[in-house]
Amino acid sequence: MLNRTADSVARATPEPLARKVRGISDKGLAWLFISPTILLLLAINIFPLFWAIYLSFTNYRANRPNEVVRNVGLANYKRILGDQDIWIAMQTTAHFVFWTILLQTLIGFTLAWLIDRKFRGHAFWTTIILVPMMLSPAVVGNFWRFLYEPQIGLFAYAISFVTGIPATQIGMLSNVSLAPWSIVIVDTWMWTPYVMLICLAGLRSIPEYIYEAAEVDRASNWRQFWSITLPMALPFIMLAVLFRGIENFKMFDMVNLLTGGGPGSTTEVASITLKRQAFESWRTGYSSAFAIILFVAVFGLANIYVKALNKVKQR
Amino acid sequence: MKSTLKLTLGLTSAMFASTAVSNVAQAEDLTLCWAAWDPANALVELSKDFTKETGIGMKFEFVPWTNYADRFLNELNSKGKLCDLIIGDSQWIGGSAENGHYVKLNDFFDKEKISMDDFVPATVVGYSEWPKNSPNYWALPAMGDVVGWTYRKDWFSKPELQKEFKEKYGWDLAAPTTFDQLKQIAEFFQKREIDGKTVYGASIYTERGSEGITMGAMDVLYSFGFKYENPDKPYEMDGFVNSEKSVKGLEFYKALYDCCTPPGASNSYMGEGVDAFKSGQVAMHMNFAFTWPGLQKDENVGGDKIGYFANPKGPDGDQFAQLGGQGISVVSYSDKQEAALKYIKWFANKDVQAKWWSLGGFSCLNAVVKDPGFAASQPYAQTFLDSMAIVKDFWAEPSYAPLLQASQKRFHDYVVAGQGSAKDALDGLVKDWTEVFQDDGKM
Repeated sequence: MLNRTADSVARATPEPLARKVRGISDKGLAWLFISPTILLLLAINIFPLFWAIYLSFTNYRANRPNEVVRNVGLANYKRILGDQDIWIAMQTTAHFVFWTILLQTLIGFTLAWLIDRKFRGHAFWTTIILVPMMLSPAVVGNFWRFLYEPQIGLFAYAISFVTGIPATQIGMLSNVSLAPWSIVIVDTWMWTPYVMLICLAGLRSIPEYIYEAAEVDRASNWRQFWSITLPMALPFIMLAVLFRGIENFKMFDMVNLLTGGGPGSTTEVASITLKRQAFESWRTGYSSAFAIILFVAVFGLANIYVKALNKVKQR
Repeated sequence: MKSTLKLTLGLTSAMFASTAVSNVAQAEDLTLCWAAWDPANALVELSKDFTKETGIGMKFEFVPWTNYADRFLNELNSKGKLCDLIIGDSQWIGGSAENGHYVKLNDFFDKEKISMDDFVPATVVGYSEWPKNSPNYWALPAMGDVVGWTYRKDWFSKPELQKEFKEKYGWDLAAPTTFDQLKQIAEFFQKREIDGKTVYGASIYTERGSEGITMGAMDVLYSFGFKYENPDKPYEMDGFVNSEKSVKGLEFYKALYDCCTPPGASNSYMGEGVDAFKSGQVAMHMNFAFTWPGLQKDENVGGDKIGYFANPKGPDGDQFAQLGGQGISVVSYSDKQEAALKYIKWFANKDVQAKWWSLGGFSCLNAVVKDPGFAASQPYAQTFLDSMAIVKDFWAEPSYAPLLQASQKRFHDYVVAGQGSAKDALDGLVKDWTEVFQDDGKM
């Protein structure tokens, strides 16, 4: 039946077109099929990247359509690398990336290790733990803003209950020392389940017979964890760190919703600075140069990291 | 069969005809872009009269204040055709005029006998002119607005509080006329128990993301003696922006933030201020006048419980207030400029302006605001008039956005985050602003 349909379609194809199609090789056909995707990628990824590189060498401002665009050479790059505010933003980003990854990896792996033990209701608890990850960052940012509210927020009340400090003095988003941690807490709360999932996949991939052999050799639980579990799950943990590292390096939504970069500039991460320069100050050339610097930094670091990951996998 | 065919043809023709008619109607529809706030709702109501009179339909594109500038400046910069009319912020006028976003209205005003002398002078300079103080008009003053204060009249009139206040400060508890008095009142109310609830002194602007803290701090700085530049030498800022008087003003704003605002009010602007006042948290509340009609109607804090006062005087008796508000302009990329100009002509009409005020908009037309009955028409009308008489505005230069971003950062770093001194913040501001003007080739 299928053959008959194919035959009738083939016969119905106009001869000039059929002649053309008959001449296409398998490779040509493959290119024909993937070319729309490649064109789309070129249009929405590659072209803007090269366009941004070009703009980064100009004085172009998107809000001055009538102004003459001049080539300024490396001036934008020099200005960025000598700008103290940019370095402060980079430090803030590094602080945020370091602490979120550290906490998410520690808690995520611990949770995965606990969930991996078979116990009654573990499927239910796995689902509960995954809930924060399923929420939209906009929703999370907004409801944590209320939770952190010093007058009505549950978080402030809980801390007050434990420490005895009046809730109105716990300004998680307004206090310079607490504000960076308020973002670390929310990001950890939201994304630890993601790290947990990846670690859980790693733990489940360890063959049972290795543990059985270790039992025969009378290896202690600690020894089994240190010599089998951790080394074999390490590539997965490193993968989770890579994903979260890249994501958190460009973190924008949560910071924007919770603190807007404040108080002052204490939580102004690189992406917030970039947005302000690009779409509030309209320094398009300057912000393109900054975006390229960030891109190169993330790309370079990720490459080094992937090489390390491959080495760990080969061990 | 024939009849079925006829019926089908008939229905199809009718459908085409109706689509064509609706297309004609849509072609005449005007889109007006503005911020999403109470006056915008009043304008929707008011514009129904325009549609009735002219047959031109009105569509509206309202965007919340926090995204208002981003959204519409993007639209204008990309030469978008979404907006036929735009009520753009006063600071946009320089950029929009120089970059060709707005249609120049001088010829139209001359033709239609619309005189700028008929409008409150401060609003003409603030919303319509570029360059400032020159007869080049790019907008019709649409929505007068200014930063002023509301206070809890019911709390101020409690005999026990009046007695305690008089004993403590030696003067009667009433709406303040100087910033010193304002701070004393704010301190008096801070963390006080009223009707079983802890209340706070004042809600002021501290928002970091858009323009909040600049609007609030400038509102105080002007009356302390802050000046943007040397009046005799444009763009010379050193010694004016960071003068001793300006430093004192910024120190005062920080002191007010530290002593007398509700806990957690580190990112507060118009909406948060209204919430703080409506929920009975604060005794006084700094905000633009557009919030007053809504507060006046509020069941819990409005009516007899609310009072209004203009920005108080500074230490040397100077009294200024931060200008808000906007003018209405025709977008030069619109294909419906003729219809858009019709709307502006209609909007400039005295009766329309009177109705605009009655619906909750703030008219800038002299005939409305100088009407003998105006001051008594609403409890806040006199304060609005007093405030509009003392306005000053932020830079309206084409580079207003980087200028604003610099002040947002410098003020927030000092006032809210407590980094450095007021002198450092203002010296830094002079440096940032100088850089912006140098980039523009103006220095």
